[in-house]
Amino acid sequence: MITLNKIDLDQISLAYNSSLEKISGRIILCAGTACVANGAYKIRDRFLEVARAKELSISMEIQKENSGDYYLSKSGCQGFCQMGPLVTILPANILYTRVKPEDVEEIIDKTIIKGELVERLVYKAPGKETLCPTPKEIDFYKKQRRFVLKDCGIVDPEDIQEYISRGGYKNAEKVLKKMEPEEVCQEILEAGLRGRGGGGFPTGRKWALTLKEKSNKKYVICNGDEGDPGAFMDRSVMEGNPHSVIEGMIIAAKAIGADEGYVYVRAEYPLAVARMKKAVNDAESLGLLGNGIFNSDFNFKLHVMEGAGAFVCGEETALISSIEGKRGMPSPKPPYPAQKGLWGKPTVINNVETLATIPLIMNMGHAEFRKIGTENSPGTKTFAVTGHVANTGLIEVPFGTTLREIIMEIAGGVTDNNGNIDNSKFKAVQIGGPSGGCLTAEHLDMPLDFDSLKSVGAMVGSGGLVVMNEDTCMVKIAAYFMQFTQNESCGKCVLCREGTKQMLNLLNDITKGKADHNTLILLDELAEAVKAGSLCALGKTAPSPVLSTISQFKEEYRAHVEDKKCPSGNCKDLLEYKIVPELCKGCRLCAKKCPSGAITGNLKEAHIINTEICTKCGICFDTCKFKAIVKE
Amino acid sequence: MSTQAALNFNNLCEILEKHNNDPAKLITILQEIQEVYRYLPEDIMTFVATSLGISPAKVYGVATFYSHFALKPKGKYVIKLCDGTACHVKKSTAILEALQTRLGLNEKNNTSSDGIFTIETVSCLGACGLAPVVMINEEVHGAMTPELALKEIDKIIQQEENKQ
Ligand SMILES: Cc1cc2nc3c(=O)[nH]c(=O)nc-3n(C[C@H](O)[C@H](O)[C@H](O)COP(=O)(O)O)c2cc1C
Ligand code: FES
Repeated sequence: MITLNKIDLDQISLAYNSSLEKISGRIILCAGTACVANGAYKIRDRFLEVARAKELSISMEIQKENSGDYYLSKSGCQGFCQMGPLVTILPANILYTRVKPEDVEEIIDKTIIKGELVERLVYKAPGKETLCPTPKEIDFYKKQRRFVLKDCGIVDPEDIQEYISRGGYKNAEKVLKKMEPEEVCQEILEAGLRGRGGGGFPTGRKWALTLKEKSNKKYVICNGDEGDPGAFMDRSVMEGNPHSVIEGMIIAAKAIGADEGYVYVRAEYPLAVARMKKAVNDAESLGLLGNGIFNSDFNFKLHVMEGAGAFVCGEETALISSIEGKRGMPSPKPPYPAQKGLWGKPTVINNVETLATIPLIMNMGHAEFRKIGTENSPGTKTFAVTGHVANTGLIEVPFGTTLREIIMEIAGGVTDNNGNIDNSKFKAVQIGGPSGGCLTAEHLDMPLDFDSLKSVGAMVGSGGLVVMNEDTCMVKIAAYFMQFTQNESCGKCVLCREGTKQMLNLLNDITKGKADHNTLILLDELAEAVKAGSLCALGKTAPSPVLSTISQFKEEYRAHVEDKKCPSGNCKDLLEYKIVPELCKGCRLCAKKCPSGAITGNLKEAHIINTEICTKCGICFDTCKFKAIVKE
Repeated sequence: MSTQAALNFNNLCEILEKHNNDPAKLITILQEIQEVYRYLPEDIMTFVATSLGISPAKVYGVATFYSHFALKPKGKYVIKLCDGTACHVKKSTAILEALQTRLGLNEKNNTSSDGIFTIETVSCLGACGLAPVVMINEEVHGAMTPELALKEIDKIIQQEENKQ
């Protein structure tokens, strides 16, 4: 194996950059999951096909001797998933949205050959006519601070040379050649970096604790299990810029004295597994992983392991069991992984995003890093904004940004059930997934960081941010999360296994109209017991979504329990469909469509629903053109 | 032994050999075996246990713990319906109900008797921007409705019928 020294890194950059200079333009195709699902690869094929027909040289490789006039590359997720497939044309940096294969010819003729805009593919803010041809003009990007995600969406994730050409692995080199492990830990500690995997534990402290342990063997693990339903930032980083994770792991390994590492990736992310594996192979073949890295005496071997579908494996001790080939059950802490981790050896586990931040900190220094974000939560955080908003997607903002900025400005506002923007319909945001809680309108102006969220019963968690409009039933949301934790409880401790089940039953009683005033009291007691008696954070935090919705939406719970009504009209058992006689034109459409024959009435006369037979399927409600059917 | 079975068995031995019969690699080994057999047959798990020098109960324990492992053969088309938070609030349940009704399946009995379809719900496929999401084998379908999902199913049924 060839070992690499400083000159080689520079040489690779130089060679890469000079081939970049030779091309006359670059087409970047977003190849994130969403864009691929929307046909990004069909667009790629169409580009090649049209180029061939027009005898235009578009190449998918840059390093070849006869590199094409135009370079077509793919990138990881650019975050603007709602508007995909996305095509960016460099050097003008024009961003085309919702591109279809039929549009490709026009893009080539107009933009690539003549440098003109194809206006209909340019983004316009909803309800506005101004064209926003580059990301600089688009609110979604303008208001973000893309830091960890900066290169995701630009670099080709499968090209290690491009990563190197942007200063990649330089920080690992600096650390390996010039820094002592203590200095590295100190730098990260002073940067105030807190783990992005949920808990927000200071990374520098975790490293220093592991460094202190005397052992002939230590491990670094990257937690890419990302189980929180509604979050996909780790996936985007692993798919969009895998080398940044590897570089972070090399630095972590040096800091604690490890020589072996694992990247544990969730089974549902086959593309992330493939990209990480390729990145590791490429880094190995350049000598950036292996023995004597950068001609130093530092060795680091990295493995990629695919999980097998268990949410609890995101918990660090469970993850370690899983790497050891066992059932992924958590074990009591202490001992912490820092003392006894993988195979009983001191181990550092960090989240993907935490690790991808490390090279950036080493590059800018802790003082600059601390200028971003808030005093106690420096830096940026990625959030997966989903649910009832205009622009769902992946965003990154400094800690301290308010929910209002995120939802109303970056995500473009709240939508109703038909997808129309109507900010007055905002009801709540669920943050932190199954361990987190809900925020409401009163929290819209609260600066988000680890501590502020904790103080209102939510948590940053992995950064899943699900926006919900008024038509969402909060009891059902609580039941949804409880169902999730109940399914995912590993079954080791009784309170988590049985407690979550009973809590779910109680919540289902509420949505079915079988609850009485005791139900809420029981729910509260159980929540306390589950919190206190569970071994790992899965159980300890499982009651959070319930407690948080009860405290924020007391009236809604009360209506379910006492009045047996679901104010948002979601709980079927509490609903009754009725026809308003004044509005009914007697068109017979609903009667024809009703699968149980519960609607009767003569033509041109008001109809009635027989509530005895009605199965509350809602078809009549959706069918009526005169809004004569109401849910109560 | 049929040729197919012999071939599979050869693959199995190769997988075990590749991982040096190392019990620590059990999960990876089972994943690779599942790719060959499309599920984990009981006798194969016993064989793996013997080869790795661990008890069959241990292998079975791991196989049942992780949702990725199937103890029964799955259909030719595995429909993964996302019921992550984002998809859930965008009404993924209605899609599930429509698919189950059409294929006559339910949560317990989730593979069609002709072995063509399996319906699974999964939590978050990581494509929340496209919610609600349905994945049919490796293909992701975004912004689904019950009607669109049924259309995809009909397409597959048609395809399969044409093959016969
Ligand atoms: C049930 C459960 C699930 C978790 N899932 C994840 C996960 O998917 N990804 C992650 O990075 N951390 C997850 N964590 C947190 C990890 O246990 C651990 O704290 C984290 O990986 C540490 O990395 P950090 O310090 O960089 O945040 C989970 C914790 C629990 C209790
Ligand atoms: S919640 Fe369905 S893809 Fe994330």
